[in-house]
Amino acid sequence: MQRYSGFGLVKHALSYHENWQRVWRNPTPKPKYDVIIVGGGGHGLATAYYLAKVHNITNVAVVEKGYLGGGNTARNTTIVRSNYLWDESAHLYEHAMKLWEGLSQELNYNVMFSQRGVLNLGHTLQDMRDINRRVNANRLNGIDGEVLDAQGVKEIEPMMDCSDRPRYPVMGASFQPRAGVARHDAVAWGYARAADALGVDLFQQCEVNGFIKEDGAAIGVTTKQHGEIRAGRIGCVVAGNSGVVAKMAGFRLPIESHPLQALVSEPIKPILNSVTMSNQVHGYVSQSDKGDLVIGAGIDGYLGYGQRGSYATIEHNIQAIVELFPCFSRVRMNRQWGGIVDTTADACPIMSATPVENLFFNCGWGTGGFKATPGSGHAFAETLALGKASSLAKPFSMFRFHDGALIDEHGAAGVAH
Amino acid sequence: MFYIYCPYCEEHREEEEFHASGEAHIPRPSDPDNCTDAEWGEYLFFRTNPRGLHHELWVHGIGCRKFFNITRDTVSYEIKETYKIGAKPQFTHAEEKV
Repeated sequence: MQRYSGFGLVKHALSYHENWQRVWRNPTPKPKYDVIIVGGGGHGLATAYYLAKVHNITNVAVVEKGYLGGGNTARNTTIVRSNYLWDESAHLYEHAMKLWEGLSQELNYNVMFSQRGVLNLGHTLQDMRDINRRVNANRLNGIDGEVLDAQGVKEIEPMMDCSDRPRYPVMGASFQPRAGVARHDAVAWGYARAADALGVDLFQQCEVNGFIKEDGAAIGVTTKQHGEIRAGRIGCVVAGNSGVVAKMAGFRLPIESHPLQALVSEPIKPILNSVTMSNQVHGYVSQSDKGDLVIGAGIDGYLGYGQRGSYATIEHNIQAIVELFPCFSRVRMNRQWGGIVDTTADACPIMSATPVENLFFNCGWGTGGFKATPGSGHAFAETLALGKASSLAKPFSMFRFHDGALIDEHGAAGVAH
Repeated sequence: MFYIYCPYCEEHREEEEFHASGEAHIPRPSDPDNCTDAEWGEYLFFRTNPRGLHHELWVHGIGCRKFFNITRDTVSYEIKETYKIGAKPQFTHAEEKV
């Protein structure tokens, strides 16, 4: 792998930037791999990278039906934080946060991780009680966080209306200084490049349409473009399409796929310092390095694979943002889109063995998967390497929906992501 | 944005009057006390989540407040039919038993 550096930039300038190495290879499939990852988004690519890097399993293929990082990785609002309430999820997301902090250096790829802090606003007394509880829980788990009053929020975001005017005035917030945003595409590309350099084969435009089974165990996949590919173990990391892939394997998941919409404005001069999220009025907003306001809120309530949602949902979202920041009322919106998010009943992911031997699923990240990308990949790689759940993944078995050991992060996570 | 025909009001109304309530035609176990954890968990949480035709429960929350069913394509979002609780859908998969 050609390492990227300032010196390299100068060197390549001399040849008019015409001799840069391709970022990853375009290989032909081998008949058999140790591990096949179905799904080449951020989580799948991170899984492949950590399999090769940490567990020295380099005979790995990533099979992607579209292009790398072209699903929810390209469609999220890039927020990274780890201020979750329960120990199981706090450990997982904080593990991801620690990996984020060194990720650009590790991958030799600038993922533009910017720790500008995340505010989770409180608008009612109950909100403030929940915020106090969550910040205390975070600190006990070694996660940074502080409780701010309305004045403290105003100092971080001077443009926010923290007066008594709004219907739901801002009473305070939790603030996680180490949280922030990252460049979503760079995360997928960085992991893909680093995994490729370690020998992982990446296949784009290669759709899995079935599993090869022997004695009830999965021993490979069939693909539309490259026929059969065999594997020792298979990990499915297909987000919104998890239900479809599980059906191919012959079982159901405790998951429903919903549209989640987001939108960005025209670029404007720097106006936001942090990421602001509000569960009560329901919306979140940050400003990208290009200057656009990146805005999102909750899912559309109906099942949907169409990567689009209803207008009413974004209208409510915008109402919330304008209530918080009245000065945004005349900012024009540039683009709007939807992703397909795989939601579970307890708003926590699934990293799990399945009823089919050798087949593992990493899904159910719902509306908040981007922040977990490195941690998810790290924990799922260990799960695939061991053939059983790693210590971080263990509480997130799909069978918790049988025995009732749910991890209720609804609301406790501060906002519906 | 959906324009939904409520089979009880017998009128088309805008989506905002309605609320989606998930998959339809999930029978409650006849003897819940004797269900295994797995059977009860499957009933509560596991869904078919299909890409394509989907029978789903909706409620006309800001209208007659009655529950009814919709058959809808989850990719094109096209509403094929709406029908009352207890009625059978006209549009089904070959493999489906409703």
